[in-house]
Amino acid sequence: MSTGTTKLDVVVSDVVPVNDLVTRFHFRRRDGQLLPTFSGGAHVVVEMRDGDRTRLNPYSLMGSPLDTREYTISVRRDDVGRGGSLFMHRNVRPGHEMVVSYPVNLFSLDLRAKKHLMLAGGIGITPFMAQTAQLAAEGGNFELHYTCRTASLGTYADVLRERYDRRVRLYHDDLDERIELDRLLSSQPLGTHLYVCGPAGMINWVRERAATLGWPSETVHFEHFAAPQPGLPFDVTLAVSGKTIRVDEQQSLLEAIEAAGVDPPYLCRGGVCGQCETNVISFDGKFIHNDHWLSEEDHRSGCKIMPCVSRFEGRSLVLER
Amino acid sequence: MGITFRKETFRDDFTFKNSPEHIRRFPFPFHEDAYMYAVNIEPHVVGPKGSVLENLIDVDEHYVAEMQDRALVLAEDPLRCQSLPHMTLAGWDLLELLMEQQALGYPEHFTLTRDGDRWRWINRPLGIDDTFTFGDTSTLPYGPMEYITRQSQGDFCILDQRDGNLWMDAGMVTTQADWSLDFDIGMNFFEWHAPVPLAHEKGIFTRALKFLTNIQQGKPARRLNWTMTINPRLDTSPENYHKWGPDRTTVTPENVGEKVHLRVELQSFWRLPRSNGIVFPIRCYLIKMDELVTQPKWARRLHRVIRDLPDELANYKGLTRYRPTLVEWLSKLDDGSPTSPGFGPD
Repeated sequence: MSTGTTKLDVVVSDVVPVNDLVTRFHFRRRDGQLLPTFSGGAHVVVEMRDGDRTRLNPYSLMGSPLDTREYTISVRRDDVGRGGSLFMHRNVRPGHEMVVSYPVNLFSLDLRAKKHLMLAGGIGITPFMAQTAQLAAEGGNFELHYTCRTASLGTYADVLRERYDRRVRLYHDDLDERIELDRLLSSQPLGTHLYVCGPAGMINWVRERAATLGWPSETVHFEHFAAPQPGLPFDVTLAVSGKTIRVDEQQSLLEAIEAAGVDPPYLCRGGVCGQCETNVISFDGKFIHNDHWLSEEDHRSGCKIMPCVSRFEGRSLVLER
Repeated sequence: MGITFRKETFRDDFTFKNSPEHIRRFPFPFHEDAYMYAVNIEPHVVGPKGSVLENLIDVDEHYVAEMQDRALVLAEDPLRCQSLPHMTLAGWDLLELLMEQQALGYPEHFTLTRDGDRWRWINRPLGIDDTFTFGDTSTLPYGPMEYITRQSQGDFCILDQRDGNLWMDAGMVTTQADWSLDFDIGMNFFEWHAPVPLAHEKGIFTRALKFLTNIQQGKPARRLNWTMTINPRLDTSPENYHKWGPDRTTVTPENVGEKVHLRVELQSFWRLPRSNGIVFPIRCYLIKMDELVTQPKWARRLHRVIRDLPDELANYKGLTRYRPTLVEWLSKLDDGSPTSPGFGPD
């Protein structure tokens, strides 16, 4: 069975520029009903009709899970990306009708934690907006450390400081402020869980230091949606559906498969959830694996690929799709 | 027109019976003349009118009697209902789900009124009318999970999802086929399935876990499981094995029709929105052989399934001792003619 999510028909109820790079979008249900309840850390996939092309990008829900009259997301403009964020910034206006998926949470709080220690970098702050709102309502114990390039690009830093005061610590790159990570990780009470969301470099750094300092891996949570990377075009044979397709430079393999009328299941479209995992029947060339789902062994085997983020270079590739 | 709730027992004098309408809606679990494990999971969507799938949470003529039996079990053994401290939020999720579904499917019996977090719940069959604050445990007579599962047919396991696994961290389990919540509480998916034969070798649990951890909100799934029970006893728990285990020695050719019951579990899987947990309702349906064989197709098929069942499975399901007697009894109702495809009676 397909395990994709149910869709929600929404209307853009507000568009709010937050700073030079980030704009916030508000969605309400077109039928006026409440939206489904969600949990802090959840994302939705936003469908964008960009000419004859459908873009599907995941964004973390950043509103309070206690208020389901609207969903809010914050989109950082990426001028050299594949165009989804630019489409949101340039084309989406209040009153536009859009479709978003039901919420999916791949970055859930561990509710057993005695304390939640959160580390955010840049736009990685968004899931923590919802998680802190959820925890604050239940009297949960959390502490947020947030690094941003400059004070003016510290998206929601002011809001968070006002809401949670000293539970939020800010670090500005331009002032050369850095998280004292080893000291922070070494001074936490037993039962603390660590959450990190931000650029890949930050996630890797935090995970590496936590492991070195003896944090059990079950207490270290991270979310990193890899955006599909552009690359050389390549051809693929879909053995089950009997089609041969070309993946363009700016297109992901998953998008090319969908454009050919084949619908593999998906949830995150960022190499995390594992839904679109696809078996390789044969290949002559090399894989460019960009996912966080398959094991290194799977990557080496040449038997599997995550078409949402991974690519291929070579003479031929046949997939079981 | 509402349901006429039967007055009946699942212990002592065992007066449990299915009405003719309930025999026809019984969720017969065999779609062909043989049985082997499969990951037989499908979307839990509303099914035909008059079937147990007419509503996603089914309430039937046994509702009141089953709730009375549950109260008796809990009075003797409160550990049948347990919730680890981090599972309270999931309990509220479950309360919302069951109240909404029961009120939606059976408005003549259940009414839910919500005014912000002020909720009023009316359960007419059990004579309950409570107003409470959603999220505030002090406004209910029990914790949220226990409160609503004392008013809902079937067992309920709430699974916490973390570390790529599912953990049995809360549940209400009084109508189980020989497993114990008190024993399994806190275990992960592989730990609590460890006793199941054959399935591990087939990689079934690895695939099932992958599927379950990806269950999405608004898209529940379901599967059927089955076993057999002697006498219509809901509580066949390990804790009470001394009460029901010996029943298996009492089957004779004369009493098969009355004593031997097919026990089918309709298991469903739902993502819970606030806690991101999964609730796993296990709804038990019982039918005695005399009732089942009123549908000739089911009689023929059950004969073939039980006769050809691999010994490991027969043993795991506890059928070994009375299987020959049952097969002999059923064989008289099997003229060897073909059965039509699908689950339903002809």
